[in-house]
Amino acid sequence: MSTSTPIVNSANSTPEKRELTTKPRFSDKVFRGVATAGGLSSLVILGLILIFLGYQGFQVLRSEGIGFITGSNWQVVQDNAGNTDLEASTFGIAAMLVGTLLCAALAVSIAVPISVLCALYLTFYAPQFLKKMMVAIIDLMAAFPSILFGMWGFFILMPHVEYWAKLIHRYFSWIPLFKMEIPVYTRSPFVAGVVLAIMIIPIITSVSREIFSQTPLDRIQAAYALGATRWSMIRAVVIPYGKSGVVGGAMLGLGRAMGETVAVYTVLNLVYQINWHVLIGAGGNVASMILLKFGEAGPTETRALMAAGLVLFILTLIVNSIANAIVSRTGGKGR
Amino acid sequence: MSTPTLKPTRPWKLTPKQRGLIVLNLVIASALSYLIVLLTPMKGKLAYLSIFFIATIVINFAENYFKRGLAAAKDSIATSFAAAGLIVAVVPIFSILFTIFERGRAGLNFGLFLHDMKLNGPNDPLNQGGLLHALIGSGIMVGIALLISLPIGILTAIYLTEIKGIYSRPIKFLVQAMSGVPSIVAGLFILSAIVFPITKSSSGLMGGFALAILMIPTIARTSEEVLLLIPNDLREAGVALGGTQWRTISLIVVPAAKSGLITATILGLARVAGETAPLVLVSGGGDAVNTNPFQSPMGSLPFYIWKGFTFGTTESIARSWAGIFVLLSLIFILFIAARTLSGSRSSK
Repeated sequence: MSTSTPIVNSANSTPEKRELTTKPRFSDKVFRGVATAGGLSSLVILGLILIFLGYQGFQVLRSEGIGFITGSNWQVVQDNAGNTDLEASTFGIAAMLVGTLLCAALAVSIAVPISVLCALYLTFYAPQFLKKMMVAIIDLMAAFPSILFGMWGFFILMPHVEYWAKLIHRYFSWIPLFKMEIPVYTRSPFVAGVVLAIMIIPIITSVSREIFSQTPLDRIQAAYALGATRWSMIRAVVIPYGKSGVVGGAMLGLGRAMGETVAVYTVLNLVYQINWHVLIGAGGNVASMILLKFGEAGPTETRALMAAGLVLFILTLIVNSIANAIVSRTGGKGR
Repeated sequence: MSTPTLKPTRPWKLTPKQRGLIVLNLVIASALSYLIVLLTPMKGKLAYLSIFFIATIVINFAENYFKRGLAAAKDSIATSFAAAGLIVAVVPIFSILFTIFERGRAGLNFGLFLHDMKLNGPNDPLNQGGLLHALIGSGIMVGIALLISLPIGILTAIYLTEIKGIYSRPIKFLVQAMSGVPSIVAGLFILSAIVFPITKSSSGLMGGFALAILMIPTIARTSEEVLLLIPNDLREAGVALGGTQWRTISLIVVPAAKSGLITATILGLARVAGETAPLVLVSGGGDAVNTNPFQSPMGSLPFYIWKGFTFGTTESIARSWAGIFVLLSLIFILFIAARTLSGSRSSK
């Protein structure tokens, strides 16, 4: 009965107050340091890409100046000893830049309507089983390797697209974009654009679907309650809400289309001239030009290719950053 | 005595009469397209399809207009267009799968997995040679990429979701930007940073590095989404039990997210398994089995396909299709594994 009294009475045995602190322990400090280092690695890698491509391409960029982007000549001049003469050679990627933008813009303008309609169907029209199946199939398509699109595009799609190109030329050749003097339909930017469009449809579809499915449910129900049909609901509620998200998705697709290498290489005839006419079989793409020239390039030309890679990298970085900024701003304010 | 139970009504379900009307519409539209192609100079599959599509829309529009008014008629047009969008988006997938199955079959045989191309050119008969070297090379390079990018990717995700330091926003932004880096730029970067200044020769290791750059953002972004789904109660419970942040995350949060993190890894693997351009630049692409990633060129599946395609003869292209068949089967298996692991989470 009296066993507990000594403990209560003795002043010495009360446990000391534990020191309360919000300071992280040593293990936490290490952990946070490691995680932060891991997180910062993306910054480091992107920075290193800029630095090394810039360093390797510096010589060429300095000797060409702004002409590297505005000129459309790619000529390697060698002196008697077989070394490349940097002063006499000209490196300009304007033709390839124009080709890149042309193919990518064409791809986006074909892919966006299809993807948006597809996303609308999947979000608001499709029965549940069809929706699940199609979402899985479209996600799978996003994981298809680009060489697959390249070979399929070359062997299966190209004959069809050439036929479409002929039809377009016959009926729409009064539009400057579709004009051509000499009819050469093979391996044109149009073909590349169609192949790229098929590649980016899954990306734009999944971004649009994500945005559409975040449309506030109360607004949808309100529209229905006011007697809207499905289409008028979509026009009044979904499209105003998801517009900027779709723009962001389209720009993500644009970024992917601009950086595409192998698929474009197989279906596009690389010709060194600025060509705005999409149906003519002569076009360009910075990425596939790099792949094409890399095999037989000497040291100096390789440096020029690095500089071209730098330009492509910066271009896609800008497009992707804008796209991501738009998408993340839209996605936040869901239901 | 059994009480009569009410069957739930489904007013949105189509009555047999409505179903009949839909079928009738489609039949009329097909008949129209057949007639128009027969009677006018428009010919070909494209003409059939476009006339069928327009006819369906017109018939639906007319029917809905007279039955329910203009708004419903417009709605029917929108429905047709949306369905057409889905069909156009999906047709290429089935065409691709069918093509691979049809053309890849010829080059498939069991010897493919037993031999390499050391003694055979791409133009040899299809029963000679194989893609063993490519499979091994791809495995090694993707493995190297995985070893590098898995820790970095998951640490990035942990930084973004658990630590939420001052750099969170910029890092999130940069990871997204990194996922848009063109694959050829990754190859050029490895060339300019490592191959030219240091090793001076291509090897499997370089290929692994290039693939790692493309793999990090995929793993980081998917893992971040997975970690965000872990309920905060778990973290709070861990801290309340006296765990430090390190122990809470390593013993509670990460194990809870395990299947999701594995999914993220598999998606990363599927993303890089078919990358061609960087491997063409930095891996060299040998024809013999090479298990040493530090030395001499190493083959890979995408390079094998690429080589067959650029060689351009019937045999070599058949080899490519067989290679694509194998590659796509692998990606398919990875994809199904990822979906089964993640369960219903991603299929919303």
